[in-house]
Amino acid sequence: MRAPTARQEGLGARLWRAWDSDIAWSFRHSPVAIAAALVVTILLLGAAFASLIAPQNAFDAASLNLMDGFTRPGEASATGRVFLLGSDDQGRDVFSAILYGSRVSLLVGFASVIFSIAIGVTLGLISGYLGGRTDAVIMRVADIQLSFPAILIALLVFGVARGLIAPQYHENAAIGVLIVAIGLSNWAAYARTVRGSTLVEKNKDYVMSARVMGRPAFAIMGQHVLPNVIGPVLVIATINLALAIIAESTLSFLGVGVPPTQPSLGTLIRVGQQFLFSGEWWILFYPALDLVLLALSINLLGDWLRDALNPKLR
Amino acid sequence: MTTPVLSVRNLKVEFPTRRGTLTAIDEVSFDIGPGEVLGVVGESGAGKSITGTAVIGLIEPPGRIGGGEVYLRGERIDNLSQEAMRKIRGKRIGMVFQDPLTSLNPLYRIGEQLIETIQTHTTLSDSAARRRALALLTEVGIPAPETRIDNYPHQFSGGMRQRVVLALALAAEPELVIADEPTTALDVSVQAQIIALLKRLCRQHGAAVMLITHDMGVIAETADRVAVMYAGRIAEIGPVRDVIKAPLHPYTKGLMGSIPSLVGDSDRLTQIPGSMPRLTAIPSGCAFHPRCPRCFTPCPTFRPELQGEQKSQVACWLYHPFPVTAEAVP
Repeated sequence: MRAPTARQEGLGARLWRAWDSDIAWSFRHSPVAIAAALVVTILLLGAAFASLIAPQNAFDAASLNLMDGFTRPGEASATGRVFLLGSDDQGRDVFSAILYGSRVSLLVGFASVIFSIAIGVTLGLISGYLGGRTDAVIMRVADIQLSFPAILIALLVFGVARGLIAPQYHENAAIGVLIVAIGLSNWAAYARTVRGSTLVEKNKDYVMSARVMGRPAFAIMGQHVLPNVIGPVLVIATINLALAIIAESTLSFLGVGVPPTQPSLGTLIRVGQQFLFSGEWWILFYPALDLVLLALSINLLGDWLRDALNPKLR
Repeated sequence: MTTPVLSVRNLKVEFPTRRGTLTAIDEVSFDIGPGEVLGVVGESGAGKSITGTAVIGLIEPPGRIGGGEVYLRGERIDNLSQEAMRKIRGKRIGMVFQDPLTSLNPLYRIGEQLIETIQTHTTLSDSAARRRALALLTEVGIPAPETRIDNYPHQFSGGMRQRVVLALALAAEPELVIADEPTTALDVSVQAQIIALLKRLCRQHGAAVMLITHDMGVIAETADRVAVMYAGRIAEIGPVRDVIKAPLHPYTKGLMGSIPSLVGDSDRLTQIPGSMPRLTAIPSGCAFHPRCPRCFTPCPTFRPELQGEQKSQVACWLYHPFPVTAEAVP
């Protein structure tokens, strides 16, 4: 809405209102949600401040010493260094690698979710509000898209993008391409949900009133319909965030994701699985554990959010 | 005579369906003069609301205007582009809906919705628009408008919300207000207040009103003239006193007879036998003839036109010279 009419409130009053809201109450009374939020926060902070926390810049080859290779967790290496979660074949600290790696994974996850929300919500709104032929075209494209596995579409986009971008830019563009690839493979779910809620909302009288007031169609969509259909999008976004992180790891595991110079959790897992059967389990185990914890906690948060936003379950 | 605010000529609204085109509104014509309140009554499905939405140009596809003209102050509006029509909506024609519970967006403070509407049609600054919104709220009788303006719709009662909706409809000083059953969803005790308010406001703002309702009491109290609709056609139109006290059309008589009265001691209310025809099967000739107690020779074959030299016009062969039966071609 254009006009700033919100009454001025003190910060204290606002904080109290937020604390007193239904959603905050529901959060305080859900141990699972609190635990999941705690884990996600720790992992997020770890990724954000990787350069401060990590004992080693895991991807600066100069700081690695081959003599430290294959050190078991908590034991001293040949050069006398101790690695909390062990070291890999090149003497890289697994703990530091996880911190730096989850940074890439989370970045790709968040950015691709935002990207697919932007596409999906826009198309869903237009589709539901305008209806008719526009609706039919958009939803058929979504149907076609949903008949492929998301990872296949991401691979396809990734392949096409690699073909289009000059080889010398591959390394720099890799993360961007990955975001677009994963984002493009997930928009259909948002479009469908938003379209469904839009169909309900657009028949309510307040939309009719806005039309009767002579508001333009796009203003009605953005100001009146969008805020009323965004709730379910938040839930899907949370669950899709976990899926996007997993998709990124899968692509990196398959070797088509981020370049080895900026490894993500998926890359670490791919590297680690080579050593699993030779006894160096920790190189695989800890990055995988981090990925599982991250995805699980985000999913649990999503489940809680879904229940908290569902008025029938209050 | 002054130009009527709204003039509808031979309006036809059609809905194409799999089984052929349904005509929801058929050859409807009426005028609303400046400051006049025209009541539109009829049973459910008679085409009252469709007439309102056709005037404002918001018939949902696949429905369409199949013929006729709509004039606003002598200016034709039914063939305007979407964009030109959008500028007229809200600015020159306001609309009030039946259900005040859903006609305000639950996520915005009412002040925001008022200001949005005001700024859509004027170039007022934010603070000027807010002052205007406050004035409107005061005018529709919202107590303590300075605090209420920042409340959300759920903090208002139904009657209060309908007052806000009235303020919204009047925000841009429209020449015509279409009120589509504005009191149906309200408590009986609140209905009278809202109707009185609607009438007073429209008089003060000089707006003409098209009041769509099925409540004859509301019509009797509010309207200057009344149009009785049946199966998408106007059966009778005239000054409210004439139509209510001395109805001409047998359908209007039936409607009046079905209203309980405090005076007199009739035990039973009259009822009209049968029910309104479906749009797929509108009877030939006069649409009312299968239910009409006074149906006679021309009725099943010839369609009566709205005629009458008196104040009231009626579409019924009882009052017009009817064509001789020999001309009847099936």
